[in-house]
Amino acid sequence: MGSFKLGGMTLKSLFSKPETIMYPVQERYKPEGLKGHIAIDVETCILCGICQKTCPTGSIVVDKAGEEWRIDRFSCVQCGACWRACPKDSLTMENTYTTPSTSKFIDTFEVHPKKPERKAAAETSEAAAAPKKPVMSIEEQRAAMEAKIANMDPEKAAKVRANFEAKIAKLQASE
Amino acid sequence: MAKSTIIPFGPQHPVLPEPLHLDLVVDDERVVEAVPQIGFIHRGLEKLTETRDYNQFIYVAERICGICAFGHSMGYAETIEKLMEVQIPERAEYIRVILHELSRVHSHILWMGLAADAFGYESLFMHCWRLRERVLDVFEMTTGGRVIFSDVCVGGVNRDLTPEMQKKMLDVLNGLKDEYATLCNAFLNDSSVKSRLVGVGYISQESAFAQGMVGPFARASNVNNDVRCYGNGAYGKLSDFQPILDTDGDCYARVKVRALEVLQSIDIIEELLRTIPDGEIAIKVKGSPKPGAQASNTLEQPRGECYYYAKSNGTKYLERMRMRTPTSMNLAGMTTALAGCELADVNMIVLTIDPCISCTER
Repeated sequence: MGSFKLGGMTLKSLFSKPETIMYPVQERYKPEGLKGHIAIDVETCILCGICQKTCPTGSIVVDKAGEEWRIDRFSCVQCGACWRACPKDSLTMENTYTTPSTSKFIDTFEVHPKKPERKAAAETSEAAAAPKKPVMSIEEQRAAMEAKIANMDPEKAAKVRANFEAKIAKLQASE
Repeated sequence: MAKSTIIPFGPQHPVLPEPLHLDLVVDDERVVEAVPQIGFIHRGLEKLTETRDYNQFIYVAERICGICAFGHSMGYAETIEKLMEVQIPERAEYIRVILHELSRVHSHILWMGLAADAFGYESLFMHCWRLRERVLDVFEMTTGGRVIFSDVCVGGVNRDLTPEMQKKMLDVLNGLKDEYATLCNAFLNDSSVKSRLVGVGYISQESAFAQGMVGPFARASNVNNDVRCYGNGAYGKLSDFQPILDTDGDCYARVKVRALEVLQSIDIIEELLRTIPDGEIAIKVKGSPKPGAQASNTLEQPRGECYYYAKSNGTKYLERMRMRTPTSMNLAGMTTALAGCELADVNMIVLTIDPCISCTER
Protein backbone atom coordinates (compact mmCIF):
# COMPACT_ATOMS: atom_id res chain seq x y z
CA MET A 1 0.00 0.00 0.00
CA GLY A 2 0.98 3.63 0.02
CA SER A 3 0.92 6.38 -2.53
CA PHE A 4 3.42 7.66 -5.11
CA LYS A 5 4.04 4.24 -6.64
CA LEU A 6 4.68 5.96 -9.94
CA GLY A 7 6.98 8.62 -8.47
CA GLY A 8 10.23 7.04 -9.66
CA MET A 9 9.06 6.61 -13.23
CA THR A 10 7.65 10.14 -13.41
CA LEU A 11 10.82 11.68 -11.98
CA LYS A 12 12.87 9.72 -14.47
CA SER A 13 10.84 11.04 -17.38
CA LEU A 14 11.26 14.60 -16.08
CA PHE A 15 15.00 14.34 -16.69
CA SER A 16 15.05 12.22 -19.85
CA LYS A 17 14.48 12.97 -23.53
CA PRO A 18 10.85 13.38 -24.55
CA GLU A 19 9.17 10.36 -26.16
CA THR A 20 7.66 12.57 -28.84
CA ILE A 21 9.57 13.97 -31.80
CA MET A 22 9.60 17.43 -33.38
CA TYR A 23 7.61 16.61 -36.50
CA PRO A 24 7.98 17.79 -39.30
CA VAL A 25 11.53 19.01 -38.54
CA GLN A 26 12.42 15.52 -37.36
CA GLU A 27 11.20 12.58 -39.45
CA ARG A 28 10.04 9.36 -37.87
CA TYR A 29 11.91 6.12 -38.52
CA LYS A 30 10.22 4.25 -41.35
CA PRO A 31 10.45 0.46 -41.33
CA GLU A 32 11.05 -1.27 -44.65
CA GLY A 33 7.62 -2.84 -45.01
CA LEU A 34 5.64 0.25 -44.01
CA LYS A 35 2.42 0.66 -45.97
CA GLY A 36 3.05 4.15 -47.33
CA HIS A 37 1.67 4.40 -50.82
CA ILE A 38 1.30 2.38 -54.01
CA ALA A 39 3.81 3.02 -56.79
CA ILE A 40 3.65 1.74 -60.36
CA ASP A 41 6.39 0.79 -62.78
CA VAL A 42 4.95 1.99 -66.09
CA GLU A 43 7.57 0.05 -68.06
CA THR A 44 6.32 -3.38 -67.02
CA CYS A 45 2.59 -2.70 -66.60
CA ILE A 46 0.44 -4.40 -69.25
CA LEU A 47 -2.85 -2.71 -68.25
CA CYS A 48 -4.46 -6.10 -67.55
CA GLY A 49 -6.89 -4.52 -65.06
CA ILE A 50 -6.53 -7.16 -62.32
CA CYS A 51 -5.63 -4.43 -59.80
CA GLN A 52 -8.85 -2.60 -60.63
CA LYS A 53 -10.91 -5.75 -60.05
CA THR A 54 -9.17 -6.59 -56.74
CA CYS A 55 -9.30 -3.09 -55.22
CA PRO A 56 -11.92 -3.16 -52.43
CA THR A 57 -12.45 0.60 -52.54
CA GLY A 58 -12.52 1.07 -56.30
CA SER A 59 -9.63 3.57 -56.20
CA ILE A 60 -7.83 2.18 -59.23
CA VAL A 61 -9.03 2.73 -62.80
CA VAL A 62 -7.24 1.04 -65.68
CA ASP A 63 -8.00 2.75 -68.97
CA LYS A 64 -6.83 0.32 -71.63
CA ALA A 65 -7.95 2.40 -74.61
CA GLY A 66 -6.48 5.65 -73.31
CA GLU A 67 -3.35 3.80 -72.09
CA GLU A 68 -3.62 5.27 -68.60
CA TRP A 69 -3.44 3.90 -65.05
CA ARG A 70 -5.19 6.09 -62.48
CA ILE A 71 -5.31 5.93 -58.70
CA ASP A 72 -7.37 8.02 -56.31
CA ARG A 73 -4.97 8.23 -53.37
CA PHE A 74 -7.64 9.80 -51.19
CA SER A 75 -9.84 6.73 -51.26
CA CYS A 76 -6.99 4.16 -51.32
CA VAL A 77 -6.75 2.39 -47.96
CA GLN A 78 -3.25 0.93 -48.44
CA CYS A 79 -4.53 -2.63 -48.08
CA GLY A 80 -2.02 -3.89 -50.65
CA ALA A 81 -4.50 -6.19 -52.42
CA CYS A 82 -3.46 -4.75 -55.81
CA TRP A 83 0.24 -5.30 -55.50
CA ARG A 84 -0.24 -8.82 -54.23
CA ALA A 85 -2.48 -9.56 -57.23
CA CYS A 86 -0.30 -7.89 -59.89
CA PRO A 87 0.87 -10.62 -62.32
CA LYS A 88 3.81 -8.54 -63.61
CA ASP A 89 4.95 -7.18 -60.22
CA SER A 90 4.58 -3.67 -61.60
CA LEU A 91 2.95 -2.38 -58.43
CA THR A 92 4.93 -1.91 -55.23
CA MET A 93 4.21 -0.57 -51.77
CA GLU A 94 6.63 2.26 -51.01
CA ASN A 95 7.39 3.02 -47.37
CA THR A 96 6.87 6.79 -47.67
CA TYR A 97 3.59 8.55 -47.14
CA THR A 98 2.20 10.82 -49.83
CA THR A 99 2.52 14.54 -49.15
CA PRO A 100 -0.53 16.34 -47.77
CA SER A 101 -2.57 18.33 -50.24
CA THR A 102 -5.20 21.05 -50.07
CA SER A 103 -7.47 19.60 -52.75
CA LYS A 104 -8.37 16.14 -53.98
CA PHE A 105 -6.90 14.88 -57.20
CA ILE A 106 -6.36 11.64 -59.09
CA ASP A 107 -2.85 10.46 -59.87
CA THR A 108 -2.58 9.50 -63.54
CA PHE A 109 0.23 7.50 -65.11
CA GLU A 110 0.69 7.03 -68.83
CA VAL A 111 1.37 3.42 -69.65
CA HIS A 112 2.33 2.22 -73.11
CA PRO A 113 2.40 -1.52 -72.80
CA LYS A 114 4.74 -3.33 -75.11
CA LYS A 115 2.89 -5.62 -77.45
CA PRO A 116 3.46 -9.30 -76.72
CA GLU A 117 6.33 -10.65 -78.82
CA ARG A 118 4.25 -13.14 -80.79
CA LYS A 119 1.76 -10.50 -81.85
CA ALA A 120 4.45 -7.99 -82.77
CA ALA A 121 6.32 -10.56 -84.86
CA ALA A 122 3.12 -11.53 -86.67
CA GLU A 123 2.42 -7.88 -87.46
CA THR A 124 5.88 -7.15 -88.89
CA SER A 125 5.98 -10.19 -91.11
CA GLU A 126 2.31 -10.04 -92.00
CA ALA A 127 2.84 -9.64 -95.75
CA ALA A 128 5.59 -12.22 -96.00
CA ALA A 129 4.03 -14.81 -93.75
CA ALA A 130 2.33 -17.61 -95.56
CA PRO A 131 -0.97 -18.91 -94.12
CA LYS A 132 -0.26 -21.74 -91.73
CA LYS A 133 -3.08 -23.96 -92.93
CA PRO A 134 -4.12 -24.38 -96.58
CA VAL A 135 -7.54 -22.75 -97.03
CA MET A 136 -10.30 -25.32 -97.30
CA SER A 137 -13.01 -24.98 -99.92
CA ILE A 138 -16.57 -24.40 -98.77
CA GLU A 139 -17.52 -27.99 -99.57
CA GLU A 140 -14.61 -29.35 -97.55
CA GLN A 141 -15.51 -27.10 -94.62
CA ARG A 142 -19.12 -28.30 -94.82
CA ALA A 143 -18.02 -31.92 -94.79
CA ALA A 144 -15.79 -31.27 -91.75
CA MET A 145 -18.68 -29.58 -89.96
CA GLU A 146 -21.06 -32.46 -90.75
CA ALA A 147 -18.54 -34.95 -89.38
CA LYS A 148 -18.18 -32.87 -86.23
CA ILE A 149 -21.91 -32.67 -85.51
CA ALA A 150 -22.68 -36.29 -86.39
CA ASN A 151 -22.70 -37.43 -82.74
CA MET A 152 -24.22 -34.25 -81.32
CA ASP A 153 -27.59 -33.67 -79.75
CA PRO A 154 -29.98 -32.94 -82.74
CA GLU A 155 -31.01 -29.55 -81.38
CA LYS A 156 -27.42 -28.43 -80.92
CA ALA A 157 -26.42 -29.85 -84.29
CA ALA A 158 -29.15 -27.81 -86.00
CA LYS A 159 -27.87 -24.71 -84.27
CA VAL A 160 -24.26 -25.35 -85.38
CA ARG A 161 -25.44 -25.98 -88.96
CA ALA A 162 -27.46 -22.77 -89.01
CA ASN A 163 -24.47 -20.80 -87.72
CA PHE A 164 -22.25 -22.34 -90.36
CA GLU A 165 -24.67 -21.49 -93.18
CA ALA A 166 -24.96 -17.91 -91.93
CA LYS A 167 -21.17 -17.61 -91.86
CA ILE A 168 -20.85 -18.92 -95.42
CA ALA A 169 -23.60 -16.58 -96.67
CA LYS A 170 -21.84 -13.63 -95.04
CA LEU A 171 -18.50 -14.65 -96.59
CA GLN A 172 -20.03 -15.00 -100.07
CA ALA A 173 -21.82 -11.64 -99.74
CA SER A 174 -18.57 -9.88 -98.84
CA GLU A 175 -16.77 -11.47 -101.80
CA MET B 1 -36.90 11.67 0.19
CA ALA B 2 -35.26 13.64 -2.59
CA LYS B 3 -36.79 13.96 -6.01
CA SER B 4 -35.38 11.72 -8.80
CA THR B 5 -33.62 13.49 -11.62
CA ILE B 6 -32.48 12.22 -15.01
CA ILE B 7 -28.97 13.21 -16.00
CA PRO B 8 -27.94 12.57 -19.61
CA PHE B 9 -24.43 11.07 -19.87
CA GLY B 10 -22.77 11.02 -23.30
CA PRO B 11 -22.66 10.46 -26.22
CA GLN B 12 -20.04 13.21 -26.08
CA HIS B 13 -18.27 12.88 -22.75
CA PRO B 14 -14.58 13.37 -21.89
CA VAL B 15 -14.30 9.89 -20.43
CA LEU B 16 -15.85 8.06 -23.36
CA PRO B 17 -13.70 7.16 -26.32
CA GLU B 18 -16.83 6.25 -28.25
CA PRO B 19 -20.42 7.49 -28.31
CA LEU B 20 -22.59 5.78 -25.72
CA HIS B 21 -25.56 7.55 -24.22
CA LEU B 22 -26.83 6.83 -20.72
CA ASP B 23 -29.89 8.24 -19.03
CA LEU B 24 -28.92 8.22 -15.37
CA VAL B 25 -31.83 8.33 -12.98
CA VAL B 26 -30.28 9.81 -9.84
CA ASP B 27 -31.58 10.17 -6.36
CA ASP B 28 -29.33 12.85 -4.79
CA GLU B 29 -25.83 11.62 -5.66
CA ARG B 30 -26.83 7.99 -6.03
CA VAL B 31 -27.70 6.38 -9.37
CA VAL B 32 -30.97 4.46 -9.20
CA GLU B 33 -31.12 3.26 -12.76
CA ALA B 34 -29.12 3.65 -15.95
CA VAL B 35 -30.74 3.31 -19.38
CA PRO B 36 -28.20 2.87 -22.15
CA GLN B 37 -28.79 3.95 -25.71
CA ILE B 38 -26.60 3.25 -28.71
CA GLY B 39 -26.99 3.89 -32.42
CA PHE B 40 -24.87 6.96 -33.05
CA ILE B 41 -22.25 5.40 -35.31
CA HIS B 42 -24.00 2.70 -37.27
CA ARG B 43 -22.22 2.36 -40.63
CA GLY B 44 -23.95 -0.63 -42.19
CA LEU B 45 -20.77 -2.65 -42.65
CA GLU B 46 -22.53 -6.04 -42.69
CA LYS B 47 -24.58 -4.88 -45.67
CA LEU B 48 -21.33 -4.35 -47.59
CA THR B 49 -21.01 -8.13 -48.08
CA GLU B 50 -23.44 -7.64 -50.97
CA THR B 51 -21.01 -5.46 -52.89
CA ARG B 52 -17.63 -6.78 -51.72
CA ASP B 53 -16.60 -10.36 -52.41
CA TYR B 54 -15.37 -12.55 -49.57
CA ASN B 55 -11.75 -11.62 -50.20
CA GLN B 56 -12.41 -7.90 -50.30
CA PHE B 57 -14.64 -7.97 -47.21
CA ILE B 58 -11.64 -8.77 -45.04
CA TYR B 59 -10.54 -5.14 -45.39
CA VAL B 60 -14.01 -4.03 -44.33
CA ALA B 61 -14.01 -6.47 -41.38
CA GLU B 62 -10.81 -5.05 -39.95
CA ARG B 63 -12.23 -1.54 -40.13
CA ILE B 64 -15.11 -2.47 -37.82
CA CYS B 65 -13.01 -1.33 -34.90
CA GLY B 66 -9.62 0.32 -34.65
CA ILE B 67 -8.45 -1.49 -31.55
CA CYS B 68 -9.61 -5.03 -32.33
CA ALA B 69 -8.81 -4.63 -36.05
CA PHE B 70 -6.65 -7.73 -36.20
CA GLY B 71 -9.12 -9.82 -34.21
CA HIS B 72 -11.99 -9.00 -36.53
CA SER B 73 -10.05 -9.80 -39.69
CA MET B 74 -8.85 -13.05 -38.10
CA GLY B 75 -12.31 -14.05 -36.88
CA TYR B 76 -13.86 -13.27 -40.25
CA ALA B 77 -11.16 -15.17 -42.17
CA GLU B 78 -11.58 -18.22 -39.91
CA THR B 79 -15.32 -18.16 -40.56
CA ILE B 80 -14.83 -18.07 -44.33
CA GLU B 81 -12.26 -20.86 -44.09
CA LYS B 82 -14.82 -22.97 -42.23
CA LEU B 83 -17.43 -22.04 -44.84
CA MET B 84 -15.17 -23.18 -47.66
CA GLU B 85 -13.75 -26.15 -45.72
CA VAL B 86 -10.16 -25.00 -46.06
CA GLN B 87 -7.30 -25.94 -43.71
CA ILE B 88 -4.70 -23.19 -43.46
CA PRO B 89 -0.97 -23.85 -42.95
CA GLU B 90 0.19 -24.29 -39.36
CA ARG B 91 2.64 -21.40 -39.57
CA ALA B 92 -0.17 -19.05 -40.57
CA GLU B 93 -2.16 -20.13 -37.51
CA TYR B 94 0.82 -19.34 -35.30
CA ILE B 95 1.41 -15.93 -36.88
CA ARG B 96 -2.27 -15.05 -36.52
CA VAL B 97 -2.35 -15.95 -32.83
CA ILE B 98 0.94 -14.14 -32.13
CA LEU B 99 -0.34 -10.93 -33.73
CA HIS B 100 -3.74 -11.33 -32.09
CA GLU B 101 -2.17 -11.67 -28.65
CA LEU B 102 0.03 -8.68 -29.40
CA SER B 103 -3.07 -6.68 -30.21
CA ARG B 104 -4.53 -7.81 -26.88
CA VAL B 105 -1.42 -6.40 -25.19
CA HIS B 106 -1.87 -3.04 -26.89
CA SER B 107 -5.62 -2.99 -26.34
CA HIS B 108 -5.32 -3.73 -22.61
CA ILE B 109 -2.55 -1.17 -22.09
CA LEU B 110 -4.66 1.38 -23.94
CA TRP B 111 -7.63 0.53 -21.75
CA MET B 112 -5.54 0.79 -18.57
CA GLY B 113 -4.49 4.27 -19.69
CA LEU B 114 -8.10 5.26 -20.26
CA ALA B 115 -9.07 3.85 -16.87
CA ALA B 116 -6.28 5.85 -15.21
CA ASP B 117 -7.60 8.94 -16.98
CA ALA B 118 -11.12 8.13 -15.75
CA PHE B 119 -10.10 8.03 -12.09
CA GLY B 120 -7.98 11.12 -12.56
CA TYR B 121 -4.44 9.76 -12.59
CA GLU B 122 -3.11 11.69 -15.57
CA SER B 123 0.56 10.68 -15.41
CA LEU B 124 -0.33 6.99 -15.17
CA PHE B 125 -2.44 7.43 -18.30
CA MET B 126 0.48 8.93 -20.20
CA HIS B 127 2.93 6.26 -19.11
CA CYS B 128 0.50 3.55 -20.24
CA TRP B 129 0.15 5.07 -23.68
CA ARG B 130 3.91 5.57 -23.92
CA LEU B 131 4.38 1.83 -23.43
CA ARG B 132 1.62 1.01 -25.89
CA GLU B 133 3.47 3.00 -28.53
CA ARG B 134 6.27 0.40 -28.46
CA VAL B 135 3.80 -2.37 -29.21
CA LEU B 136 2.47 -0.32 -32.13
CA ASP B 137 6.03 0.02 -33.40
CA VAL B 138 6.30 -3.78 -33.43
CA PHE B 139 3.13 -3.93 -35.51
CA GLU B 140 4.52 -1.32 -37.88
CA MET B 141 7.68 -3.37 -38.34
CA THR B 142 5.94 -6.73 -38.85
CA THR B 143 2.79 -5.83 -40.77
CA GLY B 144 3.46 -2.35 -42.14
CA GLY B 145 0.57 -0.70 -40.30
CA ARG B 146 0.08 0.71 -36.83
CA VAL B 147 -3.66 0.24 -36.44
CA ILE B 148 -4.99 -1.41 -39.59
CA PHE B 149 -2.69 -4.21 -40.67
CA SER B 150 -4.30 -5.87 -43.73
CA ASP B 151 -2.21 -8.88 -42.81
CA VAL B 152 -4.84 -11.62 -42.77
CA CYS B 153 -6.14 -13.13 -46.00
CA VAL B 154 -8.56 -15.98 -46.53
CA GLY B 155 -6.21 -18.98 -46.48
CA GLY B 156 -3.45 -17.62 -44.26
CA VAL B 157 -1.53 -14.41 -43.72
CA ASN B 158 0.09 -11.99 -46.15
CA ARG B 159 3.41 -11.36 -44.46
CA ASP B 160 5.79 -13.77 -42.85
CA LEU B 161 7.51 -13.20 -39.52
CA THR B 162 11.20 -13.30 -40.36
CA PRO B 163 13.70 -14.37 -37.67
CA GLU B 164 14.87 -10.73 -37.34
CA MET B 165 11.31 -9.59 -36.74
CA GLN B 166 10.78 -12.34 -34.17
CA LYS B 167 13.95 -11.32 -32.36
CA LYS B 168 12.97 -7.66 -32.33
CA MET B 169 9.48 -8.54 -31.13
CA LEU B 170 10.92 -10.52 -28.20
CA ASP B 171 13.37 -7.71 -27.38
CA VAL B 172 10.59 -5.13 -27.28
CA LEU B 173 8.35 -7.34 -25.13
CA ASN B 174 11.19 -8.11 -22.72
CA GLY B 175 12.06 -4.41 -22.49
CA LEU B 176 8.40 -3.67 -21.82
CA LYS B 177 8.16 -6.02 -18.84
CA ASP B 178 10.12 -3.92 -16.32
CA GLU B 179 8.28 -0.71 -16.97
CA TYR B 180 4.99 -2.57 -17.13
CA ALA B 181 5.69 -4.04 -13.68
CA THR B 182 6.01 -0.48 -12.33
CA LEU B 183 2.68 0.45 -13.92
CA CYS B 184 1.03 -2.66 -12.49
CA ASN B 185 2.39 -1.76 -9.08
CA ALA B 186 0.76 1.66 -9.37
CA PHE B 187 -2.54 0.17 -10.55
CA LEU B 188 -2.76 -2.62 -8.02
CA ASN B 189 -1.00 -1.29 -4.90
CA ASP B 190 -1.36 2.48 -4.93
CA SER B 191 -3.70 3.54 -2.11
CA SER B 192 -5.22 6.43 -4.09
CA VAL B 193 -6.08 4.09 -6.97
CA LYS B 194 -7.47 1.47 -4.61
CA SER B 195 -9.69 3.98 -2.89
CA ARG B 196 -11.38 4.70 -6.23
CA LEU B 197 -11.65 1.08 -7.38
CA VAL B 198 -12.17 -1.37 -4.53
CA GLY B 199 -15.81 -2.33 -4.01
CA VAL B 200 -17.09 -0.10 -6.81
CA GLY B 201 -19.57 -1.53 -9.34
CA TYR B 202 -19.85 -4.99 -7.80
CA ILE B 203 -21.39 -7.82 -9.83
CA SER B 204 -21.84 -11.25 -8.31
CA GLN B 205 -20.89 -14.45 -10.10
CA GLU B 206 -24.55 -15.53 -10.44
CA SER B 207 -25.55 -12.16 -11.86
CA ALA B 208 -22.61 -12.17 -14.30
CA PHE B 209 -23.53 -15.66 -15.44
CA ALA B 210 -27.24 -14.88 -15.77
CA GLN B 211 -26.58 -11.79 -17.87
CA GLY B 212 -24.23 -13.62 -20.23
CA MET B 213 -21.32 -11.33 -19.61
CA VAL B 214 -18.13 -12.05 -21.54
CA GLY B 215 -14.45 -11.19 -21.48
CA PRO B 216 -12.39 -9.73 -18.64
CA PHE B 217 -15.58 -8.10 -17.31
CA ALA B 218 -17.04 -11.56 -16.61
CA ARG B 219 -13.74 -13.12 -15.58
CA ALA B 220 -13.44 -10.53 -12.81
CA SER B 221 -16.69 -12.00 -11.44
CA ASN B 222 -15.24 -15.52 -11.61
CA VAL B 223 -17.13 -16.57 -14.75
CA ASN B 224 -14.80 -18.48 -17.03
CA ASN B 225 -15.91 -17.95 -20.60
CA ASP B 226 -12.55 -17.48 -22.24
CA VAL B 227 -13.00 -19.05 -25.68
CA ARG B 228 -9.23 -19.41 -26.01
CA CYS B 229 -9.78 -22.51 -23.85
CA TYR B 230 -11.45 -24.21 -26.86
CA GLY B 231 -7.99 -24.37 -28.43
CA ASN B 232 -8.89 -23.08 -31.88
CA GLY B 233 -5.93 -22.54 -34.20
CA ALA B 234 -2.56 -22.23 -32.51
CA TYR B 235 -4.19 -21.85 -29.07
CA GLY B 236 -4.48 -25.63 -29.13
CA LYS B 237 -0.70 -25.93 -29.43
CA LEU B 238 -0.03 -24.11 -26.14
CA SER B 239 1.45 -26.32 -23.43
CA ASP B 240 -0.89 -24.87 -20.82
CA PHE B 241 -3.55 -22.23 -20.79
CA GLN B 242 -5.36 -21.12 -17.65
CA PRO B 243 -7.72 -18.15 -17.93
CA ILE B 244 -7.19 -15.41 -15.37
CA LEU B 245 -10.09 -15.23 -12.96
CA ASP B 246 -10.91 -13.11 -9.97
CA THR B 247 -13.66 -13.49 -7.40
CA ASP B 248 -14.13 -9.90 -6.23
CA GLY B 249 -16.32 -8.69 -9.12
CA ASP B 250 -15.56 -4.99 -8.58
CA CYS B 251 -13.68 -2.39 -10.65
CA TYR B 252 -10.40 -3.29 -8.95
CA ALA B 253 -10.80 -6.94 -9.96
CA ARG B 254 -11.42 -5.91 -13.58
CA VAL B 255 -8.26 -3.82 -13.65
CA LYS B 256 -6.35 -6.72 -12.08
CA VAL B 257 -7.63 -9.28 -14.59
CA ARG B 258 -6.63 -7.09 -17.52
CA ALA B 259 -3.26 -6.21 -15.99
CA LEU B 260 -2.43 -9.90 -15.57
CA GLU B 261 -3.77 -10.80 -19.02
CA VAL B 262 -1.14 -8.58 -20.60
CA LEU B 263 1.59 -10.66 -18.93
CA GLN B 264 -0.21 -13.85 -19.94
CA SER B 265 -0.37 -12.67 -23.56
CA ILE B 266 3.35 -11.88 -23.53
CA ASP B 267 4.00 -15.43 -22.24
CA ILE B 268 1.80 -16.89 -25.02
CA ILE B 269 3.70 -14.89 -27.66
CA GLU B 270 7.05 -16.03 -26.28
CA GLU B 271 5.98 -19.68 -26.24
CA LEU B 272 4.57 -19.56 -29.77
CA LEU B 273 7.66 -17.81 -31.10
CA ARG B 274 9.78 -20.59 -29.60
CA THR B 275 7.73 -23.33 -31.24
CA ILE B 276 6.65 -21.72 -34.53
CA PRO B 277 7.02 -24.27 -37.35
CA ASP B 278 8.52 -23.54 -40.77
CA GLY B 279 6.53 -23.72 -43.95
CA GLU B 280 3.99 -21.93 -46.07
CA ILE B 281 2.16 -18.90 -44.70
CA ALA B 282 -0.88 -19.07 -46.97
CA ILE B 283 -2.69 -21.33 -49.38
CA LYS B 284 -4.60 -20.18 -52.43
CA VAL B 285 -8.35 -20.23 -51.90
CA LYS B 286 -10.25 -20.32 -55.16
CA GLY B 287 -13.88 -20.57 -56.14
CA SER B 288 -17.00 -19.80 -54.15
CA PRO B 289 -18.52 -21.44 -51.10
CA LYS B 290 -21.31 -23.97 -51.68
CA PRO B 291 -24.80 -22.48 -51.95
CA GLY B 292 -26.61 -22.48 -48.61
CA ALA B 293 -23.46 -23.33 -46.64
CA GLN B 294 -23.28 -21.82 -43.16
CA ALA B 295 -20.41 -21.39 -40.76
CA SER B 296 -19.89 -19.90 -37.34
CA ASN B 297 -16.84 -19.10 -35.33
CA THR B 298 -15.92 -17.66 -31.95
CA LEU B 299 -12.83 -15.69 -31.09
CA GLU B 300 -11.64 -14.19 -27.83
CA GLN B 301 -11.23 -10.51 -28.61
CA PRO B 302 -9.51 -8.25 -26.07
CA ARG B 303 -13.01 -7.30 -24.84
CA GLY B 304 -14.43 -10.81 -24.78
CA GLU B 305 -16.02 -13.45 -26.92
CA CYS B 306 -16.98 -12.37 -30.42
CA TYR B 307 -19.23 -14.59 -32.51
CA TYR B 308 -19.17 -14.67 -36.31
CA TYR B 309 -21.72 -16.16 -38.64
CA ALA B 310 -21.63 -16.40 -42.42
CA LYS B 311 -24.05 -17.81 -44.95
CA SER B 312 -23.27 -18.37 -48.58
CA ASN B 313 -25.50 -18.15 -51.63
CA GLY B 314 -23.08 -19.95 -53.94
CA THR B 315 -21.44 -16.82 -55.30
CA LYS B 316 -18.37 -14.91 -54.18
CA TYR B 317 -20.68 -12.50 -52.36
CA LEU B 318 -21.97 -13.74 -49.01
CA GLU B 319 -25.70 -13.98 -48.39
CA ARG B 320 -25.29 -12.87 -44.77
CA MET B 321 -22.48 -11.90 -42.48
CA ARG B 322 -23.20 -11.35 -38.83
CA MET B 323 -21.11 -10.58 -35.79
CA ARG B 324 -22.06 -10.51 -32.15
CA THR B 325 -19.57 -8.36 -30.35
CA PRO B 326 -18.52 -8.48 -26.68
CA THR B 327 -19.80 -5.01 -25.80
CA SER B 328 -23.37 -5.83 -26.80
CA MET B 329 -23.20 -8.76 -24.36
CA ASN B 330 -21.76 -6.61 -21.59
CA LEU B 331 -24.17 -3.66 -21.73
CA ALA B 332 -26.70 -5.47 -19.55
CA GLY B 333 -24.03 -6.16 -16.94
CA MET B 334 -22.98 -2.53 -17.06
CA THR B 335 -26.46 -1.28 -16.18
CA THR B 336 -26.57 -3.74 -13.26
CA ALA B 337 -23.23 -2.47 -12.01
CA LEU B 338 -24.37 1.14 -12.37
CA ALA B 339 -27.54 0.69 -10.32
CA GLY B 340 -26.84 1.96 -6.82
CA CYS B 341 -23.42 3.50 -7.47
CA GLU B 342 -22.27 7.05 -6.75
CA LEU B 343 -22.59 9.54 -9.62
CA ALA B 344 -18.82 10.17 -9.46
CA ASP B 345 -18.14 6.47 -10.08
CA VAL B 346 -20.25 6.24 -13.22
CA ASN B 347 -17.40 6.99 -15.61
CA MET B 348 -15.18 4.40 -13.89
CA ILE B 349 -17.83 1.67 -14.14
CA VAL B 350 -18.68 2.47 -17.75
CA LEU B 351 -15.02 2.19 -18.66
CA THR B 352 -14.45 -1.09 -16.85
CA ILE B 353 -16.59 -2.95 -19.37
CA ASP B 354 -14.20 -1.52 -22.00
CA PRO B 355 -17.05 -0.37 -24.24
CA CYS B 356 -16.39 -0.59 -27.94
CA ILE B 357 -19.43 0.97 -29.52
CA SER B 358 -18.13 0.98 -33.09
CA CYS B 359 -17.78 -2.83 -32.90
CA THR B 360 -21.27 -3.13 -31.49
CA GLU B 361 -22.98 -0.98 -34.08
CA ARG B 362 -20.79 -1.74 -37.07
